[in-house]
Amino acid sequence: MSFQEIFLQQLFNGLLLGSFYGLVALGYSMVYGIIKLLNFAHADIYMVGGFISLAILKFFGGTFLGNAWLGIVTAMILTMIIVGLLGVAIQRVAYRPMFNAPRLSILITALGVSMILYNAVMVITGGEYRAYKTGLGYGGFNMGSVYVTHTQAILIVASMALMLVLHLFITRTMYGKAMRGIALDHDTCRLMGINVNKIIALTFFTGSALAAAAGMMAGVYYGSLHFFMGFVIGIKAFTAAVIGGIGIIPGAMLGGILLGLLESFGTQIPFIGSQWKDVFSFSILILILIFKPTGLLGKKESERM
Amino acid sequence: MALLEVKNITLRFGGLTAVNNLSFDIEEGSIRSLIGPNGAGKTSVFNCLTGFYKPTQGEILLEGQSIMNKKPHKITAMSMARTFQNLRLFKNLPVLENVMSGMHCRSNAGFLGAVLRTPKQRQEEKRIREVAEECLDFVGILHHKDRIAKNLPYGDQRKVEWARALATQPKLLLLDEPAAGLNYDEKEKLIQLIKRIRDERKITVFLIEHDMGLVMKISEKIFVLDYGQKIAEGTATEVQNNPRVIEAYLGKEEDEELE
Amino acid sequence: MTEKLEACETQPVVRKKTPLQGLSDTVYGIFENKRVRFSFIVLILVLTLLLPQMSSRYTQEVLTNAWFYIVVCLGLNIIVGFAGLLSLGYAAFFAVGAYTTGILSSHYGINFWATLPFSALAAIIAGIVIGGPTLRLRSDYLAIVTLGFGEITRLVVRNLRITGGASGLIGIERPVLFGVTLYQIQHFYYMFFVLAVLAIFVSYRLYDSRLGRAWQYIREDEDAAEAMGINVVSVRLYAFIIGSVFAAIAGSVMAAKMTAISPETFAFMQSIMILLAVVLGGMGKIPGVILGALVMVLFPELSREIGPYRMLIFGVLLLFLMIYRPQGLWPDHRT
Repeated sequence: MSFQEIFLQQLFNGLLLGSFYGLVALGYSMVYGIIKLLNFAHADIYMVGGFISLAILKFFGGTFLGNAWLGIVTAMILTMIIVGLLGVAIQRVAYRPMFNAPRLSILITALGVSMILYNAVMVITGGEYRAYKTGLGYGGFNMGSVYVTHTQAILIVASMALMLVLHLFITRTMYGKAMRGIALDHDTCRLMGINVNKIIALTFFTGSALAAAAGMMAGVYYGSLHFFMGFVIGIKAFTAAVIGGIGIIPGAMLGGILLGLLESFGTQIPFIGSQWKDVFSFSILILILIFKPTGLLGKKESERM
Repeated sequence: MALLEVKNITLRFGGLTAVNNLSFDIEEGSIRSLIGPNGAGKTSVFNCLTGFYKPTQGEILLEGQSIMNKKPHKITAMSMARTFQNLRLFKNLPVLENVMSGMHCRSNAGFLGAVLRTPKQRQEEKRIREVAEECLDFVGILHHKDRIAKNLPYGDQRKVEWARALATQPKLLLLDEPAAGLNYDEKEKLIQLIKRIRDERKITVFLIEHDMGLVMKISEKIFVLDYGQKIAEGTATEVQNNPRVIEAYLGKEEDEELE
Repeated sequence: MTEKLEACETQPVVRKKTPLQGLSDTVYGIFENKRVRFSFIVLILVLTLLLPQMSSRYTQEVLTNAWFYIVVCLGLNIIVGFAGLLSLGYAAFFAVGAYTTGILSSHYGINFWATLPFSALAAIIAGIVIGGPTLRLRSDYLAIVTLGFGEITRLVVRNLRITGGASGLIGIERPVLFGVTLYQIQHFYYMFFVLAVLAIFVSYRLYDSRLGRAWQYIREDEDAAEAMGINVVSVRLYAFIIGSVFAAIAGSVMAAKMTAISPETFAFMQSIMILLAVVLGGMGKIPGVILGALVMVLFPELSREIGPYRMLIFGVLLLFLMIYRPQGLWPDHRT
């Protein structure tokens, strides 16, 4: 392959990978921004999203919608709603009672939730890979000398669209304003008449729905699901959130895409084979945390004594 | 040479200038006060002096040595201790252990000392305990030493903070609103205590205070801060008669009295 | 005004106890008595020393594992419980020790005992490399960095030739003590028991020391500790390194016991299990952590029948514990 072909191919792979990272990173970033919790269960929400969408697709695909575009889109909307509600439920049951507990306790609660989701799916699926069959086919077009399937192109466009919608939601609506307010100060927001618990629930809903969408897209793209699929992407999405500046919404998107590109180009560097891919991205995480812990878009914070 | 020399420090947070081109000296053995209306930047000055904030410009010298780029713990080890405006005790620990924390920078046992309990380490532990008890005795709450800090009444919690700062064996002690929340009696005792800290322990005292009565009674020299700038400097009477001060600060007090 | 409000809040809050909490507190209360504790400890010591003479190989195997767990849990407790730092990649340090011993022994034929200092040194270096830059950051960042480091370590030992790749290292030499080659389970039972006693001793000594107090101060209020002249970063680094050395030594002995090690032994789940044992028992409280370690080893052994549901139930239990008794089974009364 020529240099140009490799470049285009990797650019495309990077964008696709990056938009998955970005979608998951948004959930980390939003929840962190609003209640300062590192939600370990978020990666498992992504995984659960994938499996739920598969279940929905099987259920409806057999009946009337089919598993082509109509079925996929319906399944995606349903999945996002169901998993969004799951996120709210988790927040209500596990995190809300812990809001005044020490930081470490609530982090461990999040680990507990992660364990439950992960093991539940493992028990249900018997720990095996599940094929994710769709009727989307392999039709596509040539971009220069690189062949791109319609599915791939649409996945990128869809995730970009989701991010854009979220961005508009956060910046243009009252709910978004309330979210940004709560990120700064819970008590003041309460005094201003904002229902803080409701907004926190809404944040969990949105974050989980986006992760579920990413989980489903991963299923469509890779053609299979596994209960372990959340673990690595969880760390990477967190890396993405940190790269962009945790708590900052556009930062998570930027970080996701940047990490995706870095990873896909990074594996092309001589001596860094694909088996070193994860080492490469974790090293980036550590380097960023050391040298620019506030992330690319983050500002330095100072606390009052 | 003054004990503490502050030269033209400026502190900015983004667009906000909290401290603006501030200079002052504190001579050894004096009691100085920093006053000013709410939000004038008094605590920001303290945070700059103790290394919690890094001034954008300027120079701070403690005993002739620059402390501009020093971490807070280094500055404490260099003999400048502080208390906090809102109590910052180790709430769940006994009073004695709270005060023992001050001796950390004056002792040095590490891992091996702790595990092997060498004679040197045991002697050091004994000394830490003695100094802490002596400091508690000095502020008058030695009888509370085994109580958990958060269970003490507010006034006594303040005393724990003073004892803790004294245990670092400072040459200069910064007190951030020491009288806040104290009743009349406790304030009178505080005045005596601050004098004793200077006279008996030879520690220079620099305090931020809102209570004008207290400030006027003990400080030989007062700096007045408004919008991050020093607007006046002098003895209590001089400051009281300064028109700019009356405008910025005392005028406000009268309003409050009217309410 | 605000000061006065705070003053009201500082009054002790009396909480109602559930009967279960009351019962558990009474039981722990008995153990707070010095005499009871002393005789209990002597009894346990005698029993554990005699046990291998009269029990099955299986029991010995499980108990050896329990002693091992006590060592690593106490090591992590120094990091998490004493210093209040969340580490999610603790198994990596355990791998550092095991692989140091493994490589030196199987590639270079170095005597097991001589590998121990190298193992500790490797852990110190790894601790400084990981902890040094990150300990000044917010605590949850450390959690992620250690998690990342854990994964990096696992992937590195998987991909390098010197560590034997995915299949791991074999042929690690048995240790020789006073001319006796240690190979029976009994030998390792005693070896890990000695290690556990040592870990308990060191933990107690550290708890009641200048360093131990500094950790408490930082956990209570970082800024105030800094203002009192405590170098927060270096004191934390101390905790991080000491904890790592505990793990590395345990890992080395483990390598000698197994004579073969592979990367998957040190996966993320291993780190999580150790952390859970510490939290379960009660962070910072030494007897609590020991209890947590024992529960963690015995629970899976006792519940083999439920198989795959085991971890699921464990997760649910953990959640309940965190919500209703966040200080753990045997909490440190100060925190």
